[in-house]
Amino acid sequence: MIQARIRKRFGPGPESAGFSLDVEVKAAAGITVLFGPSGSGKTLTLESIAGFVRPDEGRILLDDQILFDGEAGVHLSPRSRRCGYVFQNYALFPHMTLRKNLEFGAERIPRLERHRKVNELLEKFHLTDVSGRRPHELSGGQKQRCSIARALIGSPRLLLLDEPAQGLDAPLRTELYSILRQVRQEFEIPVLLVTHDFEECLALADEMIVVREGRIVQSGAPRKIFDQPANVDVARLIGLYNLLPVEIQALDPGRNVSRLRFEGFELNGPYFPGRLIGDRVWLCLRPDLLSVAPRNGRPGMNQMPAALVRVVERPDRVRMEFAGDIAVEVDRGEFERFSGVKDWVIEFPQVGLRIL
Amino acid sequence: MSIDWFPLWLSLRVAAISTVLALGIGLWLAWLLANRQFRGKEILDAAVTLPLVLPPTVLGYYLLVLLGRGSPVGRLYEWMFGGPLVFTWQAAVVAALFHSTPLLVKSARAAFESIDRSYERAARNLGASELRLFLRVTLPLARRAILAAAALAFARSLGDFGVTLMIAGNIPGRTQTVALAIYDAVESGNGTSARVLVLIISAVSLIVLTLANRLTTNPYGPRQTAL
Repeated sequence: MIQARIRKRFGPGPESAGFSLDVEVKAAAGITVLFGPSGSGKTLTLESIAGFVRPDEGRILLDDQILFDGEAGVHLSPRSRRCGYVFQNYALFPHMTLRKNLEFGAERIPRLERHRKVNELLEKFHLTDVSGRRPHELSGGQKQRCSIARALIGSPRLLLLDEPAQGLDAPLRTELYSILRQVRQEFEIPVLLVTHDFEECLALADEMIVVREGRIVQSGAPRKIFDQPANVDVARLIGLYNLLPVEIQALDPGRNVSRLRFEGFELNGPYFPGRLIGDRVWLCLRPDLLSVAPRNGRPGMNQMPAALVRVVERPDRVRMEFAGDIAVEVDRGEFERFSGVKDWVIEFPQVGLRIL
Repeated sequence: MSIDWFPLWLSLRVAAISTVLALGIGLWLAWLLANRQFRGKEILDAAVTLPLVLPPTVLGYYLLVLLGRGSPVGRLYEWMFGGPLVFTWQAAVVAALFHSTPLLVKSARAAFESIDRSYERAARNLGASELRLFLRVTLPLARRAILAAAALAFARSLGDFGVTLMIAGNIPGRTQTVALAIYDAVESGNGTSARVLVLIISAVSLIVLTLANRLTTNPYGPRQTAL
């Protein structure tokens, strides 16, 4: 269990605005993902926990041990924290073979035990055959596995990973995810991972913490955050929605309906509690919840005529992008049924409309 | 006409000893300047650079004052070794040391600073002490750059004239290094001797510097060393 409350301020420099980090992170065994754009402070949080960076204030508690306490002046050195760390560039020592890299992290373990442990990890991460090679003779995936193995060799109480999937191609990503799931299962420690890729959160995270500009804006299960982003900033970070600026025209709690206006088009939605007529809000819609139809005469209710700009092929679906930054994802079969159609309408659902 | 080979032999010996000493002092200073924040760091940095810009006579004068027979350091040396330091070949080593260490510090510091910080972080994260980090990670990663720096320091030690003249004198057969011998040979019209020594010292320096350049090409990619 890791509990960290971290505050750190950086004054504005000649070429940079000031930045302040103020986060509270809690993670139990399992994978917790810090999600946010670059420069949001996620890596800084990781570095503070590992002890590379000293926060101004706060408290970091790992299991029952205080790693950092601003008030009491406690700041354990990185070497005595027992936090495994996987660096973005792996930071495998280039002058050592892979085996030596692992042994470097196991110096405190008695010799015989060390040998057994190194072999065990090499085996587990399928590195035995290449254990005599140096990092520059390894493939990207091997380096990746080695850096994770090295981080785990000292039986850490916490594993920290800084953008581990950065720059990996799709098969290596898949491999990484399965390794991390294996780690979650076999080492019962908290795994804290930093990413700016939401699909990685969905693939891996038990818990997800959204960080923006040094603050936590939302946390919870990734599925839940995906269904209910807390605000338009989170929705933008996730980047998978249609975000349409709308104005509330009418609200009727009795019949549970509302009317929204978007660029001259009127749309019927459910009643939105806590909103007022005239409010300008964001309509947040997943592309797969919209549907399309050929335009026949007058558009029906919640049908908006739109010009198709581009069609993007996806493995199993087709993404249709319309003017006004609206994307609709439909099944391939449905799309093919409409082949030859020139004029389209987008159909908005009446239930499940979300505003932020 | 026979050439006196003593100056060449003395110069090589002095340069070799001073390079070894310069590595000890220089690496420590370079590590300090590259990794630690402390008060007076700028002053130390400037002081280390000073011998590179001061006239050798000025440096020699300081050393003469510092190490002369009347100074505390000079007297301590005399008490320990039973003879004065100045105007001996050991003084020539000191001269070469002060002449060459700044160059080594500069190069080694650049080498230390160009090591990707994540290697040091990784080592600490894996439980390494500062000493183990230095011996097992920093030093091996900067190895080639440091060898190159040592080669530069060696070449520079070979070439010192002014400082040596000031504190070791120009005693033939005792403290006369190649640079001084060439000066003497030219002064006394011994052209052959001067030409031979000039050619030899040039060749040795050229070889050493070529070696240094070759060492700076890095086997692990361009990022970790620079000179």
